[in-house]
Amino acid sequence: MAKLRQCAIYGKGGIGKSTTTQNLVAALAEAGKKVMIVGCDPKADSTRLILHSKAQTTVMHLAAESGSVEDLELEDVLSVGFGGVKCVESGGPEPGVGCAGRGVITAINFLEEEGAYDDALDFVFYDVLGDVVCGGFAMPIRENKAQEIYIVCSGEMMAMYAANNIAKGIVKYANSGGVRLGGLICNSRNTDREDDLIVALAERLGTQMIHFVPRDNVVQHAEIRRMTVIEYDPKAKQADEYRALAQKIIANTKLVIPTPVEMEELEDLLMEFGIMEQEDESIIGKTAAELAAELAA
Amino acid sequence: MTTLSRAETEALIAEVLEVYPEKAKKDRAKHLAVNDHSVEQSKKCITSNRKSLPGVMTIRGCAYAGSKGVVWGPIKDMVHISHGPVGCGQYSRAGRRNYYVGTTGVDSFGTMNFTSDFQEKDIVFGGDKKLSKLIEEVELLFPLARGISVQSECPIGLIGDDIEAVSKKAAAATGKPVIPVRCEGFRGVSQSLGHHIANDAIRDWVLDQRDGQEFAATPYDVAIIGDYNIGGDAWASRILLEEMGLRVVAQWSGDGTLAEMMNTPKVKLNLLHCYRSMNYISRHMEEKYGIPWMEYNFFGPTKIIESLRNIAAFFDDRIKEGAERVIARYQPMVDEITAKYKPRLAGKKVMLYVGGLRPRHVIGAYEDLGMEVIGTGYEFAHNDDYDRTMKEMGDATLLYDDVTGFELEEFVKRLKPDLVGSGIKEKYIFQKMGIPLRQMHSWDYSGPYHGYDGFAIFARDMDIALSNPVWSKLVPPWQQGVVAEAQKAA
Repeated sequence: MAKLRQCAIYGKGGIGKSTTTQNLVAALAEAGKKVMIVGCDPKADSTRLILHSKAQTTVMHLAAESGSVEDLELEDVLSVGFGGVKCVESGGPEPGVGCAGRGVITAINFLEEEGAYDDALDFVFYDVLGDVVCGGFAMPIRENKAQEIYIVCSGEMMAMYAANNIAKGIVKYANSGGVRLGGLICNSRNTDREDDLIVALAERLGTQMIHFVPRDNVVQHAEIRRMTVIEYDPKAKQADEYRALAQKIIANTKLVIPTPVEMEELEDLLMEFGIMEQEDESIIGKTAAELAAELAA
Repeated sequence: MTTLSRAETEALIAEVLEVYPEKAKKDRAKHLAVNDHSVEQSKKCITSNRKSLPGVMTIRGCAYAGSKGVVWGPIKDMVHISHGPVGCGQYSRAGRRNYYVGTTGVDSFGTMNFTSDFQEKDIVFGGDKKLSKLIEEVELLFPLARGISVQSECPIGLIGDDIEAVSKKAAAATGKPVIPVRCEGFRGVSQSLGHHIANDAIRDWVLDQRDGQEFAATPYDVAIIGDYNIGGDAWASRILLEEMGLRVVAQWSGDGTLAEMMNTPKVKLNLLHCYRSMNYISRHMEEKYGIPWMEYNFFGPTKIIESLRNIAAFFDDRIKEGAERVIARYQPMVDEITAKYKPRLAGKKVMLYVGGLRPRHVIGAYEDLGMEVIGTGYEFAHNDDYDRTMKEMGDATLLYDDVTGFELEEFVKRLKPDLVGSGIKEKYIFQKMGIPLRQMHSWDYSGPYHGYDGFAIFARDMDIALSNPVWSKLVPPWQQGVVAEAQKAA
C-alpha cells in the first residue's frame, strides 16, 4: 500500500481554494483514492460540497459544547461524503474574538491522537484559510504533517503577491521540516496571457504550474447545489479538468524548496506581462493639486 | 568601613564579569557599580530597568505579579479575578502576607483565589462570555464584595479579549466598579510595568468616582501610599501618624478598601512609602488634585524620627508638637532595644538584594543597630531608585542591579557579610554556605518591621539570625582538628 500523502492547499483569500480542493478531492475519490479533507478555517466551508451540508459541525464547536476536546470521540467529528471522502472541520471562533490559530492546532492534535490518519488513507488535504498569518495556520505544514503544498493562484496581481509570500513561509518550514512545494494551481480569472504568466511565476519560484483550471460556470451551478462538478455533472468538460489535476497530483514527483522572489523581481514580471505599469517615480507622494500645478507650469 | 577599598571592589566586579561571554559581559557591566558619592546622577554609573539576559537566573516577576500580586491584591473588600489559566492565581495565592482585618469569604477576599480557569475552548472562542458569567457568580456568591478587578494573564492580550467592554457592562449591571487591568505578564521587563499599569487602572477607573461628593474633611487628612501591610507593617505605621494627630483616610493598599482609594483625592498630603510601585498615582493626584506627596521611611528610629518631623513640617504646630510627643514617647523603647541588641550586632556587615524600596529603606535600621550595609541591589528598580540609594549607601560600597545568581554568590563569597537580607530563592544557598539569611520580602514570616513596634521585632529577628548557635557548628567534630591546624599553618 502506498504511503499516506498529506497535502496543504494555500492561496489568497477568495481565490477558490475550497472549491478547487473539493473538486480535486472528488476526482481523486472517483479514481479510487481514499481521501480525507481537514478544513482549517473558522468559516468551516471546506467540506460542504462533499457533504451537501451548509457547514459541518466542527471539532472546536463540539469541544466547547462538551467542555473540552478530550471529551470528544473521532466519530463525533468525522463525516463521510461523496466517494467515501472523510471530512473534518477544525472550526473556530466568530470573527473578532478568541484565537482561530489555536483552534487549528487543537483540532489537528486531536485528529492525530485519535488516529484519524489511518493506514487506509491515500491522501489528506488541509484547506487552510487565506494566508499563514500566525503559527496556528502554519500547523498543517509543520513536521510530520503536510509534506506537499499546492498554492492556488490566478493571473491577478494580489494573488501572485500572496503566492510569493506563501512560498516564503514554506522556505522557513522546509528548512526545519520536510515540507515541499508541489506546484501552483492556476484557477483562471480569464486575465490576459494568464497561463504564460503563471508558468513564468512558477519557474521563478522553482516550481511548476501543475494545472491550469479554466473558468467555467458549471462550477457555480454545482456549488449552488452544494456539489462538486464531478458529482453534479460528471460528463462536463470542467470535470475532466479536475480529473486531469487529480492525475497530475497523483503522479507529481516535482517537490521543491521554493525560491521566492524579491518584490522588485515580481513587479518586473508583472510589468513584462502588462499587469502592472512602469512606475513613475516623479509622481510619488504628490497631491492632485501639486500635479495640476506642475502640469500648468 | 567596608571590607574592600574602591579599587578592590572595582577589581571584584571585573573579575566576576570575566566568566560571561562578550555580549553578556558588556550588558552586565552596566548593572554593577561601586558607589561613589561624588556622582550626582545614578545613570552615570548604573543601568536599570532593562531586559534580563537569558540564562542568568534572574529572580524578577512579571507585570501580572506587579499588578495582582502587589498593587491590587491587598485591596481586601474587592474580588480580584486572575483572568486566564489557573496557575497564575493559584500559585500566587496568599503568598505576600498582606494582613487584613475582616471575615474572609464574607466581606474580605484577600487570601482567596478567583480565576476564570481558561481551557482550550476559551482560548479559541475567547473568554469574554466566561468572564461575564464569572462576574455574575461572584455577585451572587459574594454580595458584600465592593467591586471586582480583572487581572489579565498572558493569553488575554494574545487573543484580544475585550475585557473593557465586559467590565463596563458588568459594572452597569451590578452597580459596582468592575475594573479591567491589562497586566499581561509578557509586558515589560519585570513586575515594575505591572505596578505602573495597575496605578493607571486606579487612575482611570477608581480615583475620580467620588469627585464632587460630600466629604467630612479635616485639615489633618493624609493617606498612606505604598504600604502593603506585610506582617502588619501599615498598622505599625498608621498608629504613629494617628498619635501625632493626623487622620489616616486611606491605606494603599495593605488592609485597604475600595472606598479608601476613592476618598484619597480629598486628603491634604500623600505619604509615599514604596516609591517604586506607587509614585505614578501620587504624581497623578498632585497634578489633578494638587495634593502634595512626600516620601518617608519608617524603618528604624533614625529614619522614623526624621520622617515624622518632615511630615509634621507640612502641618501646623499642633502636629509638630504631636510628632515630638510621639518621638519622646517611644525613645525609652528605642533605648531599650538598642541597649539590648546593639552590643550583640554592632560591626556586623550586611548585604541586601530585594525589591521595591527595601534595598535603601532598611539601611538606616541596620545602622541603628550598629550594623553596616556593604552591598545592595534591586530586582526591578529604575534609575530614580538608584539616585536615592547612592545617598544612603557608604562610599565604595557595591551596587548590583537585577543581580544574577552567579554574581550574588560570588559577591557574597568575596565580601563575606555576616548576614544576607534577600528572598526565599537565596535563603538556602547562603545558609548552606554558612551565612545567616533573613528574608526581606516576607520578613521571614515575622514582622511587622515598620514603625517603632516593627523595629523591636526587626532587631530581635536579626539577632536570632546572627546569634543562632548553629553557625558555630558548621565544621563537624571529626574535622575540627584538621581545620584548626590549617588555620594555624595559614
